[in-house]
Amino acid sequence: MALQSQDIEKETTAIVDRHEHREGSLLPILLDVQMQFGYIPEVALRHIAERLNITRADVHGTVSFYHDFRSQPGGRHVLKVCRAEACQSMGGEKLAEDVQTALGINWDETTSDGKVTLLPVFCLGLCSCAPAAMLDGKLHGRLDKANILALIEEMK
Amino acid sequence: MTVIYIPRDSAALAVGAEEVANAFHTQLSKRNLEAHIIRNGSRGMHWLEPLIEIETDQGRIAYGPVQASDVSALLDGGFLEGADHPLCHGLVEEMPFLKRQTRLTFLRCGVADPLSIAHYKMHRGFLGLERALQMTPAEIIQEVTDSGLRGRGGAGFPTGIKWNTARNAKGDQKYIVCNADEGDSGTFSDRMIMEGDPFVLIEGMTIAGIATGATKGFIYTRSEYPHSVAALRSAVKLAEEAGILGPSVLGSSHAFDMEVRVGAGSYVCGEETSLLNSIEGKRGVVRTKPPFPAIEGLFGCPTVVNNVISLASIPIILDRGAKHYFHYGVGNSHGTIPIQLAGNIRHSGLFETAFGLTLNELVFEIGGGTLSGRPVKAAMVGGPLGAYFPPSMFDTVFDYESFTQRNGIVGHAGIVVFDDTVDMLKQARFAMEFCAIESCGKCTPCRIGSVRGVEVIDKIARGERPEEHFELLADLCNTMDKGSLCALGGFTSYPVMSSLTYFPQDFEVHERKSQPE
Repeated sequence: MALQSQDIEKETTAIVDRHEHREGSLLPILLDVQMQFGYIPEVALRHIAERLNITRADVHGTVSFYHDFRSQPGGRHVLKVCRAEACQSMGGEKLAEDVQTALGINWDETTSDGKVTLLPVFCLGLCSCAPAAMLDGKLHGRLDKANILALIEEMK
Repeated sequence: MTVIYIPRDSAALAVGAEEVANAFHTQLSKRNLEAHIIRNGSRGMHWLEPLIEIETDQGRIAYGPVQASDVSALLDGGFLEGADHPLCHGLVEEMPFLKRQTRLTFLRCGVADPLSIAHYKMHRGFLGLERALQMTPAEIIQEVTDSGLRGRGGAGFPTGIKWNTARNAKGDQKYIVCNADEGDSGTFSDRMIMEGDPFVLIEGMTIAGIATGATKGFIYTRSEYPHSVAALRSAVKLAEEAGILGPSVLGSSHAFDMEVRVGAGSYVCGEETSLLNSIEGKRGVVRTKPPFPAIEGLFGCPTVVNNVISLASIPIILDRGAKHYFHYGVGNSHGTIPIQLAGNIRHSGLFETAFGLTLNELVFEIGGGTLSGRPVKAAMVGGPLGAYFPPSMFDTVFDYESFTQRNGIVGHAGIVVFDDTVDMLKQARFAMEFCAIESCGKCTPCRIGSVRGVEVIDKIARGERPEEHFELLADLCNTMDKGSLCALGGFTSYPVMSSLTYFPQDFEVHERKSQPE
């Protein structure tokens, strides 16, 4: 069910209202927009540029720089698996391969049923209980094939 | 009332602490037992997380790793009285891993309720700030300089000198920016402070503000750290309500406010000038230096950018005095350093100690060797831009200069241990790949060099004219090292060249494998 552009604009207005007065308000605004819609819709981008009196190119420049911001909606769930060194030392790479095989997708892809988007992450600060992942904001450490596949299984 | 401590630290939550807390609530009410559950920070013994504690007449007794399914049996077995149990480790303060540490910066972490100002005060909280308020800015800065504190983010620049530059810089508005963009793999000390003792960071930043004339602070942390963001925001609100932050800090004539800002998944934003651009809402591109941020920083104003651990060490320095801090450590590395033992290591966690232990002591004696039980092959010290050291170099002393002398860095003091299954060519390739992914794109050596680096290593792996490509790789690393604007491009040579230098066999094996029969 796609959001209508007027709905996006309305929500974006509310978000901009909340942050407008802050010094350097663009990043907090974009984070909230991403949180709200799961991506940065083009309509929102235009609206933000207008409200902050900066060019669309400026907003696009910021959006495209940061890994967290997406220009397309993701899956219903977002699974971030750590690819960094501490997790590598505990078999993180193999774990990521197992996840990719189980989901049938690569990094930065969404399953065809729209259930889950798989993203790489470089460190969740759980290097002392590696390998680690984050599913919809919830942290999981000391993962192995069995328990990460169980997490995937539990996803609706 | 009986008090139970269950950590709220991310490392504990990631392995089931929330479920343990829920099980306690359920079981206690089912049994009509009363106990107060405090969600503390982590003690840093992460291999035992969730590590829970019960307060007894003898002291706090630790149990771990506890799972939700253990709770019922624990209560049956007399947990509330601190009874013995297979998961029991006795008095927490007597546990060897903790007892051997010198906890100055992490004094309260894991001990107190992170979001209780009363708890904070009970454990020497705000004594540093109160003393600072009795001093002139110059005296505060002198104290910080005399303590020998150097930037704990990795650069090791003397904190007092940075503050003095900002104090003397002209500007109507000055800022304190806390760099909490802890992106290095193998590090989590900033996260532990933010989640386990956020007031110490608020206190340190406020002192920095008073010393330099800054009235506004920003803590810039990561979107990957949701629990840190939540803890900091709650702590800032509590500090405002208590009159610690605001127009009159603890009733003084000093004003200081702060805000928590969150990044959006960019590693390079941990570089101080990228970080400033990011707060300003721009692409996190590195700025050329000079001008240094202390002269021209956030929104063009004089800005102190300090790491979390540097700022969190300020309160104890002001509280106990510069000398107390200075006398710990070796050479020009004074005070303590929270060393993070990570990756394939048995006793993983945070170990705060004076500078001066060797890698041997840290990895084997304290860390207990690998978790897999296999031989140690390498330790990466200082994050993804740090060198890989073989065990033959584990006599290296943990201080800034010793690592520099051996072409390594202390960095943010993370140690990632690898066992003998690691392929160092792959690690070198990953270092280049990571640099390519995270490069801000401003300077050519980093932006292009990292991509070429991956290609060259792939050629070596395929056995294509390896001698020629070793030379090319060394030359490329040298160009990146000397020509990059910041440490991302500049230090990628450390993991790459150390892999090549100390583990040449891993580069040869690939060569042989791919040669025709």
